[in-house]
Amino acid sequence: MPRFLLTRISSGLVVLLLVCLFTYLVFFALSPDPAVQICGKNCTPELIDQIRANLGLDQPFWTQFFLFVVGIFAGRTYGDGASTVDCAAPCLGYSFQSSQAVWDMIVQRLPVSATVAVGAAVLWLLAGLVGGLLSAVKEGTFLDRFTTGLTLTSMSIPNYVLALVLQYVLVVQLQWLPFPQAVAFADDPVQWFLNFVMPWIVLAVGYAAAYTRLTRANVLDVLRENYVRTAYAKGLPQSLIWRRHALRPALTPVVTIFGMDFAGLLGGALITETVFGINGVGKMAADSIARNDQPVIMGVTLLAGFLVVVGNIVVDVVYTAIDPRVRVNA
Amino acid sequence: MTTETPSEALLQVRDLTVTFATPRGPLDAVRSLDLDLEPGGALGIVGESGSGKSMTSLAIMGLQPRAARRTGSVRLRGQELVGMSEAELRRVRGDRVAMVFQDPLSSLNPYYTVGLQIEEAYRAHRPGVTRREAHKVAIAALERVHIRDAAVRVNHYPHQFSGGMRQRVMIAMALSTEPELLIADEPTTALDVTVQAQILDLLQEIRHETGTGLVLITHDLAVVSEITDHIVVMKDGVCVERGAVEQIFTSPQHPYTQALLDAVPRIDDEIGELRAVAPSATPTNGGPA
Repeated sequence: MPRFLLTRISSGLVVLLLVCLFTYLVFFALSPDPAVQICGKNCTPELIDQIRANLGLDQPFWTQFFLFVVGIFAGRTYGDGASTVDCAAPCLGYSFQSSQAVWDMIVQRLPVSATVAVGAAVLWLLAGLVGGLLSAVKEGTFLDRFTTGLTLTSMSIPNYVLALVLQYVLVVQLQWLPFPQAVAFADDPVQWFLNFVMPWIVLAVGYAAAYTRLTRANVLDVLRENYVRTAYAKGLPQSLIWRRHALRPALTPVVTIFGMDFAGLLGGALITETVFGINGVGKMAADSIARNDQPVIMGVTLLAGFLVVVGNIVVDVVYTAIDPRVRVNA
Repeated sequence: MTTETPSEALLQVRDLTVTFATPRGPLDAVRSLDLDLEPGGALGIVGESGSGKSMTSLAIMGLQPRAARRTGSVRLRGQELVGMSEAELRRVRGDRVAMVFQDPLSSLNPYYTVGLQIEEAYRAHRPGVTRREAHKVAIAALERVHIRDAAVRVNHYPHQFSGGMRQRVMIAMALSTEPELLIADEPTTALDVTVQAQILDLLQEIRHETGTGLVLITHDLAVVSEITDHIVVMKDGVCVERGAVEQIFTSPQHPYTQALLDAVPRIDDEIGELRAVAPSATPTNGGPA
């Protein structure tokens, strides 16, 4: 097991390094000169050169990339002589726009994105599993066809449309939810919770639909397995056959997908956060793309890559607990 | 309804018909089949793929697919199984009638130890038995089918066994409740030849020791001839010939039976063309091909 983990972690690191390189390459090749952006209106060529030197942008590509990677692990110092800025590890650089450390910006917003992701995940897991199971048990009935229709509709509604409709219906027309206000959890827990209700629903709907379909298909597949027939031939009670012989094999693939989806969402729900003005990682990414804030985009990309890699490793570990065939004898 | 003394026969099947509704009208997978088996007897059902022999075995236990309709009569020691409630059938399945299937790998649940799968079969029919007691029964059942280190193996998963060993596990599971009737549906088909012989020996041994009745379903005439005393030959869902093993082998009456016998390779065969069972050897009822 430790050896298996070690292999997975090292291959994960390689993936992250490649993600890093690729992103860096894209921005190096495509983005306009950041020094000009930073310099602003009252700019002189000398000033631009000064900024480039401070940021290390005058270095060749590989040196810049190397310094960036080293900075993540060991921290780095920008500039030289009198005006130096120390960037402690893990250093992802500074935002061109706000001059804040990218790491700090991420740490600040990650809990918000996590709140959005966790709430949505609870909703879509509940809805998806219950919907899928019911649909499978009642295969071919009205309930099954209704659920199928509902999932298709849910999957085809874009997030932002649903968000606007919900806001209009729930807040403006029915007034079931208060108008969203920026509050801290400690100040007004109720308002805080209600703020998140709509984003949770909007985010969960698409996933819930996909999970319903997946669960239904898996359960129906497993019910056709020979070992379920064996269970019937043994005269086991129906409830035991469902619980023991159908559910566990059917839900194993759901674990995999969930690990990936959830990890991806922790890295920010770009559209939903932007539509609802939630100050999470996703909105930060959207904003920095619009402003071509390269260090922030790099940071968010790396974070997303990191979360997916970690999510994958966690799924693999969980898998060994669920499926005895995957257990490694070591 | 019947004038025979019902307690005599272990299994008496009369006019068993399994019908599927298809877009082109009803289709009989099994039609008007009669079977008889005395206590401790062994009956072979022989036929090619699609002849309805597996559907027969499932229909005896009421395990035919939901889309199928089962009519006729299936009596187990005189007790009618057709028309029984699902709850009553559940008490018969696995307890009085147990089944061994063709592919032991897919017929065992890969997520659970073989021990647990034997235990649950036993405990389903012995209310009040503790897990510990059932665990002992599972070990004894594995020893019974000659699995070495049964006390260790009982905690292993199906994928940790070889094909032949898996089939032994299936047999152990079926026998754990000491059933009156064991239905083995192609129990050796998925196994290689030497292992086949071992499994057949095991079935034979169990029959003699426990007096369990056996219905053996196979396409392999060599297999039935070794174990059973009576044979029913099926084609397209109907019985085309029945009789004692010697009789069928020495003087087959139906052209289909002759064709089946001819298709068995013999050691003194000249090397020539492979023999096939002619598709038009018998009038069919339009059953599944």
